[in-house]
Amino acid sequence: MSWLAHLPILPVAIPALAAPLTLLLMRRYPGAGLAVAFASCAAMLACALALLAGAADGSITVYALGDWPAPFGIVLVADRQAAIMLTLAASLALIALLHAVITGIDRKGWHFHPLFQFQLMGLNGAFLTGDLFNLFVFFEVLLIASYGLLLHGQGPARLKAGVQYVVVNLVGSSLFLIALGLLYALTGTLNMADLGVRVAQIAPEDQGLLRIAALLLASVFAIKAAVVPLHLWLPRTYDVATPAVAGLFAIMTKVGVYSLIRVVPQVFGHDAGAAAWAPAPFLMPAALVTAAVGFAGVFTARSLSEQASYAIIGSTGTLLIAVAGWQEAMLGAALYYLVHSTIAGASLFLVADVVARRRASATDNCSPGPDFADRQQVGLLFMATAIATTGLPPLSGFIGKLLILKSVTALPDWGWAWGVILATTLFGVIGFARAGSMVFWKVGEGEAVPASAPRADMIAPAIALALLAALSAGAGMATAYADAAAAQVLDRETTARAVLGDGQP
Amino acid sequence: MTYEFLVASAIGVLVAGGIFLLLRARTFQVVLGLTLLSYAVNLFLFASGRLVLNRPPIWDKTVTEYTDPLPQALVLTAIVITFGMTAFVVILALRSFLETGSDHVDGDKVPSDENDGEKGA
Repeated sequence: MSWLAHLPILPVAIPALAAPLTLLLMRRYPGAGLAVAFASCAAMLACALALLAGAADGSITVYALGDWPAPFGIVLVADRQAAIMLTLAASLALIALLHAVITGIDRKGWHFHPLFQFQLMGLNGAFLTGDLFNLFVFFEVLLIASYGLLLHGQGPARLKAGVQYVVVNLVGSSLFLIALGLLYALTGTLNMADLGVRVAQIAPEDQGLLRIAALLLASVFAIKAAVVPLHLWLPRTYDVATPAVAGLFAIMTKVGVYSLIRVVPQVFGHDAGAAAWAPAPFLMPAALVTAAVGFAGVFTARSLSEQASYAIIGSTGTLLIAVAGWQEAMLGAALYYLVHSTIAGASLFLVADVVARRRASATDNCSPGPDFADRQQVGLLFMATAIATTGLPPLSGFIGKLLILKSVTALPDWGWAWGVILATTLFGVIGFARAGSMVFWKVGEGEAVPASAPRADMIAPAIALALLAALSAGAGMATAYADAAAAQVLDRETTARAVLGDGQP
Repeated sequence: MTYEFLVASAIGVLVAGGIFLLLRARTFQVVLGLTLLSYAVNLFLFASGRLVLNRPPIWDKTVTEYTDPLPQALVLTAIVITFGMTAFVVILALRSFLETGSDHVDGDKVPSDENDGEKGA
């Protein structure tokens, strides 16, 4: 086995090694600790890009842990979709880490960097794994790290939100385990590719149980993705989280969406009997309502970070409208929009932080505050991010929404999707314009931070916006890759052959 | 009374109690509810390998009937994770109570709090 064959395990192994290293180093040698943290993120990005290039030709790299063959051992599966998500996670991690270090927020409490690395380990593992129980374990890894990161910086508001966040996610984990128990009892396997083969052979009297398992799994992923009516935990949690952490959390809801895209076509595809596409009829209305609720929240939010939280919900809704069709063109559009909306959401949190740091007592409330330093530059940054989030040209949100609108015309009830997407875009534009004019145009009472505030904290959101600009400049390549990834996700048989060997159908 | 009935009703009672407690307003009851729910989930996972009595889980040439070892491994993982999570929730609930002076899940103060004596620092 050559060194390159071990590439798929590296995105999980690197942060697992870097986390204890940063834990040891940060106390005595903070410089070295930071170097390890950045090097780990950069190495992850390099691995992700290598996997992205390796998967470009449609090959599926299967890594059998301990060399136990599937379905008996646990496998990691690196295909196009996994590579896209890994690249996204590593890029976002670099941006969030950079912002945390520049603003000095990582020194506000102990163990920011180890928790950050463990969070990345959970994320990368969830994107790579080809085993449902392993997906549960990686969910737990990323969740327990996220509990720590959410509480980073302390304060009663964070503790209050933390209790709700942890309890909701623990209930979600219990539901996940029940679904896994059902699936194992019915099929005797938890390997996703193997499950896809075996669900076709389930006896008619067990079809009801299979359907329950499919719906339970979909609800667990919906909790993670903050789909209405399971979204209530999100606004408060993301609002109070440290901004750099909230920026990283922008990808957490997308883990739920990713799992839906990964598990439903693979396991509950067209020959799964009563469970075939079981979540689909519920997902579309839920997605429509989620988009509406999210952008209504953008319209009514009282602070920029609360607005960013609702924008995350709204973009997840828009994303799921495309996912709920389960067709190749729609999934391709959804994957492109997923990458865009994650970076745009993170950028919103970072810009809100930049504003809050300059306005001192007025923080990032949507009310006229003091005349603060760099008002024009920060205002431009906010405007560009708002343009990206709502999907106006020229940034990638426009292309993503256009692709979604174009692809959903294949659905019978596409009128609803069009109506909701266009109306929520209008609501979003008005909401952001209202917040922006309150914060950047009107000058009210209050003390601002002296004008000499360093401008370095604008670097991270600017990088995020540059990534979005690159995503729209290279939209041809990006959408071609996303479409190919969608085709690969829907092609269950090829994945099953790659994972289980040639003997399988 | 079969074993299936015994295990199924035990899981059912645990889940019912767990959900009832989860929907209460105070963190201590919610933590207890989470614990009951996780017990139920562990039992359920254990039963997903079918209920078999007095059979070895390890392969042997002379034995023809086994109990499925995989659910036991899964349950072990689930127990470890839920144990860690429960410990974390207990500490979090305590810290939250000490810092906000309220043990309600939404952090609000309610009139009955005043009768509870000292409310931490």
